[in-house]
Amino acid sequence: MAKITVNEEAQEVQLPLSLTELIKQNDVQQPEMVSVQLNDDFVDRNEWDRLQIKEGDSVDFLYFMGGGSR
Amino acid sequence: MIDFTEEQIQRYSRHILLQDVGVEGQEKIMNARVLVVGAGGLGAPVSLYLAAAGIGTIGIVDADVVDLSNLQRQVIHFTKDVGVPKVQSAKEKIEAINPDVKVNTYYEFLDSSNALDIIKEYDFVVDGTDNFPVKFLINDACVMAGKPFSHGGILRFNGQTFTHLPGTACYRCMFKEPPPAGAVPTCSQAGVLGAIAGMLGTIQAAETLKYFTGIGELLTNRLLTFDAKTMQFRTVPVKHRDSCPICGQAPTIDHLIDYEQAACDLKNH
Repeated sequence: MAKITVNEEAQEVQLPLSLTELIKQNDVQQPEMVSVQLNDDFVDRNEWDRLQIKEGDSVDFLYFMGGGSR
Repeated sequence: MIDFTEEQIQRYSRHILLQDVGVEGQEKIMNARVLVVGAGGLGAPVSLYLAAAGIGTIGIVDADVVDLSNLQRQVIHFTKDVGVPKVQSAKEKIEAINPDVKVNTYYEFLDSSNALDIIKEYDFVVDGTDNFPVKFLINDACVMAGKPFSHGGILRFNGQTFTHLPGTACYRCMFKEPPPAGAVPTCSQAGVLGAIAGMLGTIQAAETLKYFTGIGELLTNRLLTFDAKTMQFRTVPVKHRDSCPICGQAPTIDHLIDYEQAACDLKNH
């Protein structure tokens, strides 16, 4: 088990775990609507599959929000 | 130096009383020129508070007319305004609140053909739009023109905002490109609690006033998000991205882009 932080909350996860799998585990319903920051750096979408989570990682999901006007 | 009239001293007394604002700060506010893009859920509270604060010139861009379904959150428009261009309805309210404010209206959509021309007349831009193509357009145009802006987005019970100054993280640093058209819920499809628009819009208005008066710390290199269901607010530190396609070291975007609007958005248009 590895201790990581997701959106400022502590989580324990089973390794190995790719970023794509972590996103799935966190019930992100529309992955195309999030931007992911890992340890303060944005991770390009095409690297999500390859990227492996490690002990101590801090992950933020930032959601697209489009509303405002009409 | 502006010579304040007795009436102005009275009108702005609660600003002037603030040590951080004072007469000097109020004068900066009165010399400021702000462009509000979208006279909707966010643009309404933003415009009302900026007008009340005495912003010298407010430009408003919107090509829509007031619809009955807008009134649940777009508090600058009244029942009698249904069918009236939003820019006209907003201008009337701003002038009624504060005749000191000069209002410029643009009854058109912001797109790649007019964005830079309109933006260049202003010191600060507030994004109150409801769709990603225009959010990216505002970002790119402001980065190109070296203008600061406030980003705002709301959805259901959530809101997000940050402030961009030249050199700090931009929208594309955080969100590289618009999500695929069709994947995207906007307010018109997904719904929004009306008061959320007020919560976020007033944060954007406060950031605008902070920018002109130099008070405190702006929401630069930070994305503020909140969930009104739990009333949890969070500011996520975000870094300027060296590989950002518009503000990075080797920008690949050298012109403004009109992205496709999601098909389902157009239906509700």
